[in-house]
Amino acid sequence: MNNSRGLGEICGYFLVLSMIAVGGANVVIPEMHHQLVELRGWMSSGDFVSLVALSQAAPGPNVLIVSLLGWKVAGIPGALVATFAMCLPSSLTAYFFSGFWRRFQQAPWRIVVQGGLVPVTVGLVLASGFVLAHEADSNWIAYCITALTAVLTWRTNLNPLWMLGAAAIGGAFGLI
Amino acid sequence: MTSGKCYRNAMDTVTTPSIQTSFTRKELFFCFLYMGLVSFGGVLPWARRELVDQRKWLTSEEFTEMLSLGQILPGPNVVNLSIMFGARHYGATGSILAFSGLMLAPLVILLALANLYGSFSHYEAVQHAVRATASVSAGLMLAAGLNMLAKMRKAWGDRLVTLTAFTGSGLLALPLLLVLAVMIPVSILFSWRSHR
Repeated sequence: MNNSRGLGEICGYFLVLSMIAVGGANVVIPEMHHQLVELRGWMSSGDFVSLVALSQAAPGPNVLIVSLLGWKVAGIPGALVATFAMCLPSSLTAYFFSGFWRRFQQAPWRIVVQGGLVPVTVGLVLASGFVLAHEADSNWIAYCITALTAVLTWRTNLNPLWMLGAAAIGGAFGLI
Repeated sequence: MTSGKCYRNAMDTVTTPSIQTSFTRKELFFCFLYMGLVSFGGVLPWARRELVDQRKWLTSEEFTEMLSLGQILPGPNVVNLSIMFGARHYGATGSILAFSGLMLAPLVILLALANLYGSFSHYEAVQHAVRATASVSAGLMLAAGLNMLAKMRKAWGDRLVTLTAFTGSGLLALPLLLVLAVMIPVSILFSWRSHR
């Protein structure tokens, strides 16, 4: 597994994946595991899982998991190629679609469609909050932290960095 | 917000009202750079906080609408959001600035961490700290959802759709594509009925 893969192969795979990934990178994690670990054997399952964990602990969009997978396969060039291949097709689509969407700003059908998308999105954002809490919170203190953060962020203008910092320190000293 | 409201009344024909703002390309880039840098556990809550609450570059409704579009298009929703938001103000340059601002810092941090990871992941304290911040991240995401819920149209059909999408994707852990494929047509139907 030491020989560095062709960047072209990485590029090709993620260009295609980009257009399948409706809903974001998290949705295609099982698909990437299947392809990169089971079919292509580019890394072990253990490597894959720890890279996913690392990408979720670090700041930034979820799509950065792709950068780490590319890095594992072909170092820094692999990371850059995978990231751009994963973002380029979908970003071009978003760019042209947003222009198209703005052109029909006043069209009745667009207002109807947009009005239909919003409630689904709100439900999905709440669902991902629930899923994150379910994964992260293993005891009542952790649930309290999640609830407290939600209330403070919803009701006050406190910068969430304070809460992240406090939780990190509390966690490091074994208080949480 | 008051000046924003005056503007909206004056421009009553505009369906998705916009807060009047102007900012430079540099501000756009640094805003997204900041978001990328601090967005532990997900960009979405931070994007909403910066673009809506702090800088008032978007109304809450506009933010939710832009995110909805990002959701149905392929690719990560916040990356799509950066592309669309950038495009709206500064065209292709804006998209590139917002996108690269968002990705730059986390990419550098992540690659640095990846090189160190083998050694430092063994420290129990680090793992506990990371786990504790994940609890905070969950709270941030819930708060973003609650904020969006509070600003949603008050219609029973919309509420029902939100509840069903939440149940399907969150409680039942159904595949996202399935939830989208079922709920979007239903929701558009409700929306069409209420707009007639």
